Amino acid sequence: MKHKILATTAFAAVFSAGALSASAQEIRIMCTSDGAECEVLDELTTRFEADHPGVDVVMDVVPYQAVLESLPVQLAAGTGPDLAMVTDLGGLNPYYLDLAPYVDRDYWESSFGDVLGWYRASPDDDGIYGLHMLLTITGAYINRTLFEQAGVEVPGPDASWDDWAEASRAVAEATDTTFPMAMDRSGHRIAGPAISYGAKIFDEDGEPILVDDAFTAYVQKFVDWHEDGTMARDVWAGQGGDSYRDAAQEFINGELVYYYSGSWQTGRFDEQIGDFFDWQVVGSPCGEGGCTGMPGGSGLVGFKQTKHPEIVAALMDYLAQQEIYAEFSGRTRNIPAHRAVASAGADYEGASEPAATALKTWGAQVGRVSPIAFAYQGYRNNRAMFNITVQRATQAVVGELTVEEAMERAEADLAAVLAETK
Amino acid sequence: MYSTVAPVMRIIEIPFAFVQSRLGIQRLAWLFLAPNLILFGVFAFLPIILNFLYALTGGDQVLLNDRPFVGGANFQSLANCENVFDPNSCERDLFWRAIWNSVWFVVLQVGLMVGFSLLTALVLNRDIRARGFFRGVFFFPVLLSPVVVALIWKWILQRNGLLNAGLEVMGYERVLWLLDRHWAFAWSVFLSVWAHMGFYTLILLAGLQAIPRDVYEAALMDRASPWRTFRKITLPLLAPTMLVVLVLALIKGVQTFDEIYAFTGGGPGSATTFIIQYIYQTGFAGAPRLFGLAAAASILLALVLALLTAVQLWANRRNVDG
Amino acid sequence: MGKIVSFMTRTRAGKGQMDWTDWLTYGYLCMGILLMFGPVVWLVLSSFKTEADLQRFPPRLLPYAQETVEVEGYDEPLALFDIVGGDHEGRKLALIRRVGLVAQMIDPAAPDERLRVNVADWQPIERVSLAVENYTLLFERFNFLRFLWNSTFITVMATAIMLLVNSMAAFALSKYKFRGRTTVLILVIGTLMIPQTVVLVPLFLITRELGMLNSLWGVIIPGAATPTGVFLLRQYMITIPDEILDAARMDKASEWKIFWRIILPLSAPAIAVLAILAIMWRWNDFLWPLIVLSETENFTLQLALNSFQGEMSTQWSNLLAMTVLTLLPIALVFMFLQKYIATGIASTGGK
Repeated sequence: MKHKILATTAFAAVFSAGALSASAQEIRIMCTSDGAECEVLDELTTRFEADHPGVDVVMDVVPYQAVLESLPVQLAAGTGPDLAMVTDLGGLNPYYLDLAPYVDRDYWESSFGDVLGWYRASPDDDGIYGLHMLLTITGAYINRTLFEQAGVEVPGPDASWDDWAEASRAVAEATDTTFPMAMDRSGHRIAGPAISYGAKIFDEDGEPILVDDAFTAYVQKFVDWHEDGTMARDVWAGQGGDSYRDAAQEFINGELVYYYSGSWQTGRFDEQIGDFFDWQVVGSPCGEGGCTGMPGGSGLVGFKQTKHPEIVAALMDYLAQQEIYAEFSGRTRNIPAHRAVASAGADYEGASEPAATALKTWGAQVGRVSPIAFAYQGYRNNRAMFNITVQRATQAVVGELTVEEAMERAEADLAAVLAETK
Repeated sequence: MYSTVAPVMRIIEIPFAFVQSRLGIQRLAWLFLAPNLILFGVFAFLPIILNFLYALTGGDQVLLNDRPFVGGANFQSLANCENVFDPNSCERDLFWRAIWNSVWFVVLQVGLMVGFSLLTALVLNRDIRARGFFRGVFFFPVLLSPVVVALIWKWILQRNGLLNAGLEVMGYERVLWLLDRHWAFAWSVFLSVWAHMGFYTLILLAGLQAIPRDVYEAALMDRASPWRTFRKITLPLLAPTMLVVLVLALIKGVQTFDEIYAFTGGGPGSATTFIIQYIYQTGFAGAPRLFGLAAAASILLALVLALLTAVQLWANRRNVDG
Repeated sequence: MGKIVSFMTRTRAGKGQMDWTDWLTYGYLCMGILLMFGPVVWLVLSSFKTEADLQRFPPRLLPYAQETVEVEGYDEPLALFDIVGGDHEGRKLALIRRVGLVAQMIDPAAPDERLRVNVADWQPIERVSLAVENYTLLFERFNFLRFLWNSTFITVMATAIMLLVNSMAAFALSKYKFRGRTTVLILVIGTLMIPQTVVLVPLFLITRELGMLNSLWGVIIPGAATPTGVFLLRQYMITIPDEILDAARMDKASEWKIFWRIILPLSAPAIAVLAILAIMWRWNDFLWPLIVLSETENFTLQLALNSFQGEMSTQWSNLLAMTVLTLLPIALVFMFLQKYIATGIASTGGK
């Protein structure tokens, strides 16, 4: 008897669920994150559902690799989700849904401005494709406690890479710390310093060149620092191909004096370093090209092949509203790309004092981003260029190639990429 | 188990009985082969054929229809070398680095693998206590996923890992195992032997146990030395099994990818980048995705493998026909 | 004790004496245990360590955690330290906060007085403790049973289909003489040459055409056609004497009956090996499910666990716990099946 009741209820449940999904308009979001982004987004979309009866927003939290490698193939084959959080902003442009017909262009243009350009195919494209949910910026952290222990003065905001290298070495020596400096193994990370060094990345016509004298000079410096032990070899030399490796763990353990990474590490450091030592954001060192980091981050995009473009657009517009956007930035501890939110200052409720200071410092760094870095981030083949940089620079670091050979190879690689993607 | 399978088997029997009564026994073979051939056709041959077509096209589009035909340009680009022994002189230097890495890797890995699995199988074939347990011990790593294998050893070999701790206790300096190209390569070989040895051991063990006892007893009567018995009796009788092991180990060795990719990422530099990783990164994970080039590389790889296998089978042709 | 020694030293001849080859054998086996099992044991132990403990050098065998104490007036438990130098030497103090090189601490017995301690003078008090939170954190964040079910369904179905289909093909290739046999055999060996990793894109497009995307069958079916299985089983079935088949045919047994009542049971050892391999392949599969399955409700355990892996961060504590979690079921399966391999090989090997 009991079984029968159970079976009937189950049947009814299955049946009604089936009936519901038949009438509901289902929207799927592919999401991946390092922190709480997907959770918060899920909550916000639930509120959107309450305002839009019959709409069912489903969040698929996937491994980052799925967004990076599987999603483009799925899109090309005409399948995939309705929306996704992506990091290859320009590269996926052919599949984006243009929101322009559905949303208030003025609001979007005035709120997000130039960042909208990162999602566009070319400068003459004026579509609205992406909602930049989290803005990141690359820059450095230092272990302040180690500096104090060593009695070394912390270089000022205009200090160059050489100043920092010297100071970090002095600190590491005095405190017997394993690594003076480290930089994430990523072509995106090394781009900022290279631009600060004067690298132009693009020629006068806006065509990518990647390698020029200043770029080579920075790579040479970078390689030398690996040779003399200033940079942690573990990060760049410990990997091959274009695989990513960070040094966050080394920094958290207090084994690292100066760590060039980016704003996204703030939450993690706050949580995991706690009282162990004092850390501080120092931004990007200076050179003749300025003191720029690379901007970046991920954004929400809708795809052309969706069956419900108007709902996708409505959802994105909802998330773009100042209040909602501010809540997202505040709760996920990210720098807002929305101008009004940025000038009002996101409310990092519940963040500790060091984290709040760090986020404020990062926010201020946005103003120091060079136009070249900004353009590089928006260039559609930039991921290929990042990969080439990592691959070739690593070969120079481990001694498979000399710096000159590596840079020649990088130029040839870039030429091949441009030929294939014409 | 049996009672659940039996009805299913009886249902499958109906079409078989029908075909057998109509066409006779020998043609029934095709019916036995059919399901497998259909699956193979759709999910193995067809992708390979498509792969051929991809190899003849260029660009970064996914769908074959959108891709421009370039003929043999991809093959030419791969083969464009002044001196194939010096990857730096090649247009696709990374491809040739991967090739030579793979060659060295396979030579070392297959040699060590076959040697150690034979040794282990011989040991396990003795009358030892708790044989089932020991067999399990040696087979166990085979079950681990490639990522896990990589993770375990990365964890042990890292700067602050178990091995370095051991070295320091014994008064030696730490070694940064995975930052030195030679060490990283050696550990890659070790890791792959460690992870797959159990599989080949098991096959060889089955082969050893199939050798009739009386042959050994005869040898014992003749007072043949253990070494002589091994060389004159065990090895020849084990030859068919050895062939399976060699063919599989060679093919799988060339195809090594996941565990090393998770272990070293192919580094330092390109010291442990093997051919499948090159193909994967060129065609799938990289940016832009050069499917054509990757497909061309995979076809070259398949040709080489086919040639090697053919040579092996030919050299052992007495044993294959069984 | 004496019993154990005599048990350990009993040899094949039962003469109660170990000759040198036995010593070598057992030496080799013990080294095998250390080398094969040791790393896995180390992994499991490590997975119960806190992130801080994981980063310790030199590492310790057992997981430790810092002792804490509840003090009135503080919401969180405070960490306890032994003070080994300075003014407060010899006391046990709890940490309130640390600024630079100086820490504010209190004595849990006298919580009103705040003490200043140089961080060089303290030593954390620790005890053995399992960091179970590495695991519970994973469970809290997702629907474990759902993913376990998906993984199990895929593994069981794919293994069953593969075993049946492959053994049928192997039977045909080993026990029938027909035109085209060599061609088929060459084709089978030929597909061995190209691994799945290399044909991901065409395979994806075919799977899409068949409408199997985002369905568990899209993982099960393409994986069922493995040349390794056919090759392995065929090589084994060749060794089964033809006389047995002829005798059965005399008795008017149908070919199908010969296959499943005679050939299959006789090939049990090879099938058991293949079953273990198939289970392992499907269970551990990552790349292919990653492409085929994009909706969370269809995710396998491997995919779900990896969705904690963001772009930028890897955390050893979670990673190790995740690994142990996926390893567990397969270890159980192995313990169960390994008996069958052992008996299977023993029963066919003796003859």
